[in-house]
Amino acid sequence: MLSSVSALMKTTAARLSALYLLLFAICALGLVFYMGSLTMRMLESQIQDTVSEEVQSLGRAYQRGGLTTLVRVVEGRSRQPGAYLYTIADPTGRILGGNVESIETAVLSTEGWTERPFAYQRYGEIDARSGDMPDARQGPHMAMAIVMRLPNQMILLVGRDLGEPERFGNVIRRALAVAFGMMGFGALVIWFLVGRRALRRIDNISEASRRIMAGDLSRRLPVTGGGDEFDRLSQNLNEMLARIAALNEGLKQVSDNIAHDLKTPLTRLRNRAEAALAKDNQPQHRRALEATIAESDQLIRTFNAILMISRLESGYSAEHTQAIDLAAIVADVVELYEPAAEEVGVTLFADAPDEFPITGNRELIGQALSNIVDNAIKYSAGSNEGTVVKVTAARDGATIAIRVTDTGPGISEQDRSRATERFVRLEQSRTQPGSGLGLSLAKAVMTFHGGRLELSGENPGLCVSMIFPAGDSQG
Amino acid sequence: MKLLVIEDDREAAEYLEKAFDEAGHQAHLAADGETGFALASSGDYDVLVVDRMLPRRDGLSVVAGLRARGNDTPVLILSALGEVDDRVTGLRAGGDDYLTKPYAFSELLARVEVLKRRGGTKDVETIYRAGDLELDRLSHSVRRAGKEIVLQPREFRLLEYLMRHTGQVVTRTMLLENVWDYHFDPQTNVIDVHISRLRSKIEKGFDSAVLHTVRGAGYMLKA
Repeated sequence: MLSSVSALMKTTAARLSALYLLLFAICALGLVFYMGSLTMRMLESQIQDTVSEEVQSLGRAYQRGGLTTLVRVVEGRSRQPGAYLYTIADPTGRILGGNVESIETAVLSTEGWTERPFAYQRYGEIDARSGDMPDARQGPHMAMAIVMRLPNQMILLVGRDLGEPERFGNVIRRALAVAFGMMGFGALVIWFLVGRRALRRIDNISEASRRIMAGDLSRRLPVTGGGDEFDRLSQNLNEMLARIAALNEGLKQVSDNIAHDLKTPLTRLRNRAEAALAKDNQPQHRRALEATIAESDQLIRTFNAILMISRLESGYSAEHTQAIDLAAIVADVVELYEPAAEEVGVTLFADAPDEFPITGNRELIGQALSNIVDNAIKYSAGSNEGTVVKVTAARDGATIAIRVTDTGPGISEQDRSRATERFVRLEQSRTQPGSGLGLSLAKAVMTFHGGRLELSGENPGLCVSMIFPAGDSQG
Repeated sequence: MKLLVIEDDREAAEYLEKAFDEAGHQAHLAADGETGFALASSGDYDVLVVDRMLPRRDGLSVVAGLRARGNDTPVLILSALGEVDDRVTGLRAGGDDYLTKPYAFSELLARVEVLKRRGGTKDVETIYRAGDLELDRLSHSVRRAGKEIVLQPREFRLLEYLMRHTGQVVTRTMLLENVWDYHFDPQTNVIDVHISRLRSKIEKGFDSAVLHTVRGAGYMLKA
């Protein structure tokens, strides 16, 4: 699960989801703040309106009965429960009446509307705080107010508590938290669903392309028919594959034609030499004709090997394979070469105790192994007494390896990778007959079977390993 | 022996006609698939030699068509293709043997002669004889002049194949195909060494040679 989550995090869908989540969060935050401040402003202007009305009504009381009436009205209203604040203070800011016990002194010294909400303390609040009032923890009250100077230089403050807007702010904050929670959860769900879906489809495409790379050019990428970008990608890749397949087919056709066109004259050449040889009794001519036939045979052999390598490299096809036993092939080849090895003083023996079943082509593996064994015998012959070539088959984890180990001169480290290239014949082997294609063909056979050819061993001595994937040869 | 060669390369066809004639066989020629199919259907041939790539009708289709009509004349398919499993495809289409171009005429001749005798009495015989050499297929024993000769299993199969075609030339590739069941070109002298081992066992201590080397072609067992 952890690994699948970390794999999910690596996907484009997950990154996009995260990016979208961030963008939406920023937008939502901005929107909420805008709405919040808009609402606050509306509430504030409402407060200003109601406070102005209150001031007007107080003004009327002042006109009716002067300062005394005003003070009485203020005192009377102060005792009524409500959100209004009243304060009468002397010019120095000392509070003389009203329902406010303490206030920031700066508020009283500036006439007109307070620029921002200010903290204040109502009468009775301090006593109440020691009791168990529910709002005791809410800290000082905030309010907005208008400050006026009466004709006798006394200060009158009329304001309104901001309790309601504060509650509103709390609601907005809670809503914001809930919205963020839901958005995050939604993003995670979408992330997971979209990410997993995308991951699965990309996995399908990867799997299909892996099989195509393994050589099955007839295979195509999956197209769901939904017409989305994955489908368009697959369709484009499929068209590309179709073109590659067509080119490949063309190439194959050309090589078929070349094979046919060149082999026919080669056949004639060989035939004529053969026909001439049947009639000619002069030893000199016979030798020349025999050499001609031998040369053309070598040419033909090389040609066949090149064609075979190309065919094998063009890919694996299941129709040429079946269930076979590698140990049986090892036994066959060793049995076939044993007398020839003995003839040149080489002891050839097999060590393949088990059955090693794989899916493959017996002919091709037999031929590849023959080439390797043939090389091993050729290069270790005559090097010293008691020369041994050993052919083993063994399971090694997920692979089955056939190893041909000789005690010949071996191949130096730097030459090993070149040894399997076409026509490469290392300096020391120039004197030996052969086309230089034996190991290349063996390598192509291994590629065909989804395996590989490895050269190892310390000098002197060489170990050539044919490494097959165990079980499924396509693996 | 009467042969039909279906081959579009005129020079190769004429060469084959002449070469078969020199070997004592009569060869008819057809230059395309349709003509070949018509001739093969009507004529009474011992063996057909069919090129795989032919104008008008593909060689494999000619063979498949003949087989579909119940014509079971032995067919040897010639091919210049280099497919991984051409041979199998050719034999699946109804061919009896398969030879890749270019080939030695001696190889073709040996294979055609062996094909002609196909389906003879050799299949049911349990004891093969060549002079004083005797091979019992049931008891897996070999005797010469009444004396038991001990052979390895592969040597026994080698001798069995040679004796089955007593008096006929068998090539190295035919031996590799029929005794080892591999169809690649062994390149080196691996078969020759097997033959010489077998030869020393069945000839050493006896007064005459029975396993002969046919120069430029292969081997022949003959008393």
